[in-house]
Amino acid sequence: MNKLMTCIECPKGCRLTLEPDGSHVLRVSGHKCPKGELYAKQEFENPLRILTTSVLAEGLTLKMIPVKTSQPIPKAKLLEAMEQIRRIKVQCPVNLGEVIQANFGNFGVDLVATRSAQKPKVS
Amino acid sequence: MRSRELVIVGGGPAGLAAALAAHEHGIRDILLLERDQCLGGILNQCIHPGFGLHYFKETLTGPEYAERFIQRVLAIPEIEISLRSFAVKLDSKKTLTYLTPGKLETLSARAVIMATGCRERTREMIHIPGTRPAGIFPAGLAQKMINLEGWLPGREIVIVGSGDIGLIMARRLTLEGARVKAVIEIQKESRGLVRNVTQCLEDFNIPLYLRHRIVKIHGRNRVEKIEAAEVNDELLEIPGSRFEMACDTLLVSVGLIPENELIEMAGAEIDPATNTPKTESLNHTSIPGLFTCGNAFKIYDLADGVTKDSLLAGQQAAEFIRSAS
Amino acid sequence: MKTYDVCIIGGGVTGAAIARELSRYRVSIALLEKEAELAFGVSKSNSGIIHPGTQNPPDSLKGRLCVQGNRLIRSLARELGVHFVEVGELIVISDLQDLPQLQAIKADAEKLGVPGLRIVDRAWLAEHEPNLSPDIPAALFAPTAGIISPYRLVYDLAENAARNGVEFFTGHPVMGITRVETGFVLQTPQRNFHTRFVINAAGLFADEISRLIGVDDFTITPRLGEEYLLDKKREFTTHHLIFPLPTPESKGILIIKTSDGNPMIGPTARSTTDKTDLATTDEGLRKVLQNVQQLVPCLHERDIIAYFAGLRPAAGDDFIIRHEGRAPGFINVVGIQSPGLTAAPAIACMVAGLLKKAGLTLHRKWFFHGRRPASVHLFAIPFSQTEKLIQKDPAYGDIVCRCEMVSSKEIRDAIRRGAKTLDGVKFRTRAQAGRCHGGFCTTRIMKILMDELHLPVMAVSKRGPGSELILGSRDHA
Repeated sequence: MNKLMTCIECPKGCRLTLEPDGSHVLRVSGHKCPKGELYAKQEFENPLRILTTSVLAEGLTLKMIPVKTSQPIPKAKLLEAMEQIRRIKVQCPVNLGEVIQANFGNFGVDLVATRSAQKPKVS
Repeated sequence: MRSRELVIVGGGPAGLAAALAAHEHGIRDILLLERDQCLGGILNQCIHPGFGLHYFKETLTGPEYAERFIQRVLAIPEIEISLRSFAVKLDSKKTLTYLTPGKLETLSARAVIMATGCRERTREMIHIPGTRPAGIFPAGLAQKMINLEGWLPGREIVIVGSGDIGLIMARRLTLEGARVKAVIEIQKESRGLVRNVTQCLEDFNIPLYLRHRIVKIHGRNRVEKIEAAEVNDELLEIPGSRFEMACDTLLVSVGLIPENELIEMAGAEIDPATNTPKTESLNHTSIPGLFTCGNAFKIYDLADGVTKDSLLAGQQAAEFIRSAS
Repeated sequence: MKTYDVCIIGGGVTGAAIARELSRYRVSIALLEKEAELAFGVSKSNSGIIHPGTQNPPDSLKGRLCVQGNRLIRSLARELGVHFVEVGELIVISDLQDLPQLQAIKADAEKLGVPGLRIVDRAWLAEHEPNLSPDIPAALFAPTAGIISPYRLVYDLAENAARNGVEFFTGHPVMGITRVETGFVLQTPQRNFHTRFVINAAGLFADEISRLIGVDDFTITPRLGEEYLLDKKREFTTHHLIFPLPTPESKGILIIKTSDGNPMIGPTARSTTDKTDLATTDEGLRKVLQNVQQLVPCLHERDIIAYFAGLRPAAGDDFIIRHEGRAPGFINVVGIQSPGLTAAPAIACMVAGLLKKAGLTLHRKWFFHGRRPASVHLFAIPFSQTEKLIQKDPAYGDIVCRCEMVSSKEIRDAIRRGAKTLDGVKFRTRAQAGRCHGGFCTTRIMKILMDELHLPVMAVSKRGPGSELILGSRDHA
C-alpha cells in the first residue's frame, strides 16, 4: 500500500509517494530535490519538527524572545515541549543564536534565541 | 526645507533591501523612516521558520532573516535611520512630511521609495453578517499579541480564510494551548502554501472546511458561536448546509491589501480593485522618481521575493537619481 | 445618605444634554448609566445628522424640538468645542411626477419654521453635487442641515456637566425604584440613590424603567437600522446629506457626510423585539448598496470599511416628554428616535421647564463654566498647527493609529477624560476606526489603557465587562 505525503522542506510542497516495507521505506517518488527523499523517510519512520515559539523575558528590551530548537524534535512531543517553554523566564540579555537552554527538555537539542534582547538603556 | 537624495519609507524587508541596494549603486544620502521602535517590520512577529531558502539557501525564522539585513544597514553610515517616524503626507514633487516624537519634519527628496507593506483584509471587507463582539481578530494582530506580547487572544478558535498567516496561527494557537476547531475557506483549495496545510493543520488534526463560508457571528459582548455553511460554484450558500460551531474567538485571515494611501495622496494612479499602483514595470508608479516595493507594490508569497525585487527598487532609484542630475 | 435633587437614568445624548443644561442651576445631579461608558447605547449608532426639521408633521413635538435644537446646537457646539458643520441637505426625487411630494415636505417644514428651503433643479444639482445620478431631476435643498460627531457631543456635554458638578456613575444599571416620602430610591447593584426627581432617559429600556413606578402606557419597539461606513478617501464624493423621499417608516436610505470624514450609507429599517439585536445582514447590505447606487452610482461595495447596526427606541410616532402625574417627580423622556440628536438641546430646556413646574427651584449658579477647550484631533487640523502642538508636547508626534492619524497624546487624553475601554477610545479619538480596523494599533492602545488605568491585560475590554480581549497571558501562566 503506497503512502502519499506533502514535503514541507520548502515552499514548493512536492507531493511524495512512498512505497513502504514494514517500518522502512523502499522507494520515494515525486520529489524534485534530494531533501524530499530524506524528508519522506524521516517522516515515515519518525516525524520530526523544529519548534519555534517565544519565551517570556523580564527587564529586557523585548517582552517575548523568539526561540527555536537547534535540531528538530519528535512531532509527537511538541505540546509536551511547550509545557517546558511556558516555565522559562529569561532575565539576562541574549544575542541572536545564543543558547537559552542547553539540552532543552531532554530532547538532546538546545533552545536558541532567534532575536537579541538587551537590558534597556537607562535614560 | 531640507532636501535628501533618497527617502525610503518603511524599515521592513523591502525598505532594508532597497536601502542596501541604493547604497551599493552609489547613493550616499539615504534617509530610512520606520514607524516602529525597531527595524524589521512584520518579520519581527513571524517567528516561524521558512524564510531565506531562496536568498540565503537556508531556512531562517522571520527575526533571523530580518537581522541579517538590519546588521548590514546599521554598518553603513550613509544610511540614516529614523525610528518612530510616521510619514503623513507626500506630494507629486516628492515633498514628504513625517511626524516623530517631538518633531514634524518636511523634506524634499530626489527619489522616494515607499516600502510601506500591507494591511490585512478585515471581517468588514468580506461582509460577514452578525454581531460585533470582542473576540474577532485579524490573524496578524493575533500573531502580534501572542508572539510579541505573550497574550492569548482566545481558547476556542475558528479561523476564517486559509491564507498562510491563518494556517500558521492555527499551529501557533494550538501550541499555546488553545483549541482550533476549524479553518473555513470559501474557495476549493487552501490559499496558503501546501506545506503549511500539512505542518500547521494536518500535524494537529485541525479540520479544513473548503467551500464553506461563515454566514453569521453570534455573541453580544464576546464571540459565542458562528454559523457556517457550504457554498456552491457561485459562492452562494447551499440551502440546508448550515451548521453551528461554538467558539470564543474568530481569526480572520482573508488576504492582504497593499498600503498605498500616501502614493495615492501624491497623485499616483492606483488600481482601486487591488490598491496597487497602475504601472507597466516593477516597482514604478505613474510619478517619476516615486517608487514602491515589497508588499506595497504587490502581495508576495515569500519574504525572499520581497528582498529580490526590493534590491532592484534600490537600484532603480539610484539610477533615477543619477540620470536626473 | 445624600439625597440628590435630580437623578437622570441614561447616559446617551438625551441624558447628557439634560445633565449639562441642569448643571447651570444650584441643584445636585447624578446620572446613572448601565453600560461601561456613556454613549454606548442608542447614541453610539447615531448617524450624526443635525436635521433641519423637515420630514416631521407640522404639529409634532419632535418637529418643534428639532427646529429649536437645530438653532441651539450651533452655540452649544461652540461652547463645548465640538465640530459642527452646516453642510445642507438634499431630498431628491427620481421622477418629476414626485415634485408635489417635495412641495408638500417644503410646506410642512415651513410651517415648523425651517428656514431657507428651496427646490433646486438638475442644473443646480449638476453644479453643486456632480456625482449625483443624472436621472435625478430635482431636490429640496435645506441649507440648515449639518453634521456633528454624536459620540463626541455626548462626551463633551458630560465632561462639561461634570465640570459643573454633575456626578456620573457608569456601569450602574437601575434595577428597581421605590417611592419614598422625599422622592425616590433608585437601586443599582452597587448602591442606592436617593433623589427628589427622576428623569427617565433610558433609551431602549425606558419602558422597563417607567414600569418600575407603574407608568406602563407606552412600549419601546426597537427598529433596527444597519449603517455602512465608507473609506475616508470617499469624503468628497458628495457635498450634502442626500435623502430620498421619506417612506411611512423612515427617512429612507441616505448618503451621509460625517464629521470624521468617512461617508456613511444607510440606515435600513426593520422592527425587532430584541433590544440587544445588533446584527447586520446580507440583505441589509444589498438593500443599502442598491439604494445608494441609484442616487450616487460611483459608490462601490469595496469602499465599505465598517458596518454596524443600531436600534431606534421608538414609542409610537412622536417623542414622549412629560411629567408623570401618577408619580410626582418622575419625568419620562422617551421614544427619542430621530431627530433626537438634533433635538437634544431643546429637549434639555423643555425638561428644565417641566422640573420647574413640578416644584424644583432652579436658581442659576454664580459661576457656570459653560465653555470647555476643544479636544485636539490631529486629523482635523493643518500641519502647521500639528507642528506647534508637537513642540509643546512631543507625544503628539507619536502616532499610534496610522489610518486615522491619532497620537499617543490624544489617546492618553481621552482616557484621562473618561475612556475606559477600546470602544471608548475609538469613539473619542477615532483610533481603530479606520480601514485597518485596529489591526496595527490595538496592542498599543491596550498597553496605554493598562498603563493609565493600572489594569492587567486580561481586564482590558472592548466595551466593558464580558468583552475582554485577552483570555490568557504568559505572565499569568
